[in-house]
Amino acid sequence: MAEEVKLFGGMWASLYSRRIEIALKMTGVQFEFIEEDLQNKSPLLLQYNSIHKKVPVLLHNGMPIAESLIILEYINETWPDNPILPRDPYDRAMARFWARFIDEKLIWVSWDAYRSKEEDQGKAIEEACKQLKALENELKEKEFFGGDTVGYLDIAAIMVASWFGVMQEVMKVELLTEENFPNLCQWVEKFVDCPIVKECLPHKEKMVEFIRVLLKDFLASR
Amino acid sequence: MADEIILLDLWASMLGMRVRVALAEKGLKYEYREQDLRNKSPLLLEMNPVHKKIPVLIHNGKPICESLIIVQYIDEVWYNKSPLLPSDPYQRAQARFWADYTDKLNAKSLYELGRQLWLTKGEEQETAKKGFMECLKLLEGELGDKPYFGGENFGFLDVALVTFSCWFFAYESFGNFSVEAECPKLVAWSKRCMEKESVSSSLEDPLKIHGFVIMMRKELGAE
Repeated sequence: MAEEVKLFGGMWASLYSRRIEIALKMTGVQFEFIEEDLQNKSPLLLQYNSIHKKVPVLLHNGMPIAESLIILEYINETWPDNPILPRDPYDRAMARFWARFIDEKLIWVSWDAYRSKEEDQGKAIEEACKQLKALENELKEKEFFGGDTVGYLDIAAIMVASWFGVMQEVMKVELLTEENFPNLCQWVEKFVDCPIVKECLPHKEKMVEFIRVLLKDFLASR
Repeated sequence: MADEIILLDLWASMLGMRVRVALAEKGLKYEYREQDLRNKSPLLLEMNPVHKKIPVLIHNGKPICESLIIVQYIDEVWYNKSPLLPSDPYQRAQARFWADYTDKLNAKSLYELGRQLWLTKGEEQETAKKGFMECLKLLEGELGDKPYFGGENFGFLDVALVTFSCWFFAYESFGNFSVEAECPKLVAWSKRCMEKESVSSSLEDPLKIHGFVIMMRKELGAE
C-alpha cells in the first residue's frame, strides 16, 4: 500500500513546521504540505490536534502526530534508514535534553532579553548569554550537534540558526555574537548552508521584514 | 562490571517518583540521595548546571536530567526487561504526547495547574482547579476502558501519570473537590497501578504529601 504522508504546517516563517520539512526531506519521504492559515484554522487541523490546536501536525496514513519534537522522534523510528537521533541511549538523552532546553528555556529567556526595556536589559542579556553558553559548550568541537551530519538536535536548533539572527536585526540587540559564541556562530553558517536546510529555511531578509511588520506596534512603543 | 546508579531526588517530588518507578520496574539497584533544594549540593549543581533541579540520574558517572528523559533512557538501556514504551512508533508518539501534556513547562500542564491549585487562593485557585480537572478528564478519556494507558501492560504514560495520584489528596484538600467524583476511572486505574510493587514502593503516602504541601505553603507565603 502506498504511504500517505501529509504535513499540516504554518506559512514560510513558521519555524516549528520547517523542522518537520527538513526531517522529512532528509529521510527522503515523499509528502504533501498543507499550509494552514493560523488565523483561520481548518476543521481538519482542529480535529487532528484537538488538544493544542497547533501546527505542525504530521498525518501518516490517516493517523495524526502532533508536537514538533515528538514528530521528529516518530520520523526517526518510522523511516529508520536515515536516522536523525543518535543510536547510543546516552547521546539520545542529551539530544532530547538540549532540544527541550531550546524550546522551553533558551527561546523565552532570549525573547526577554530582546524585548526588555533599557533598564532591565543588562540583566536579561546576561541571563540569555548564560543559557547560550551552555549550548555553545554542548557543541564543543563538533561540526554539527549530531556529529558529522545534521541530526535531531541540529533540526531542533533551527530556532538558533534563524530566529536569533532575525531578532538581532529587528530589535537591534546583540546576543549571538561571534566573539562570545564562536562555535554556535560557525554552526549556524554550516547549518544554513546545507542544501536541504537552504531549501526549507526562510530567507533572512524576508523574515526580518515580516517580523518587523508583526512587531510594529511593539517597536513603535519603545 | 556492575552499573553504578545514583538518583538525586526529593522524597515528595512526583517527577522524582517517576524515575523510582521506572528503576523498580527494571529491577535495578541504585543509591538514593535526598536533596535539600533550599541548599543545593555541589553534586546537584555539577550534574544539572542548566536547571539545578531534581531528579537527576547518574549512571556510571554520567548525568541525565528531566524525569521523562530519564525514564526513556532507563527504558532504552535496560530494554530487555519490562519495556515501558510500546514498540509501535505511532503508539510511542501518543504515549510521548500525553506524557508531555502532563509535564510541559507552561501554565496549562497538569503539573503547573496542580501547583497553582495548592499555592493560590480565591479566583486564581478556581481557575487552576478548573484547568486541572479538564486535564484529568482528557486523560481519563485517553485511558478509556483499558486497564492501563499502555493497554494490557503498564507503560510509559502510566509511569508519567501515576505519581500524581499520591498528590491527589493534597490537591483535593486545598482545592476542595474530589478527583474520584469527577474521574472515577482514573482513580480506579491508580489503585490498579498501586497493586504493582514498583509503584507502591515508589509512591509516597498521600498524608505525608499533604503535610509537605502545608509546609511549602507556609514557606512560600501562601498562608
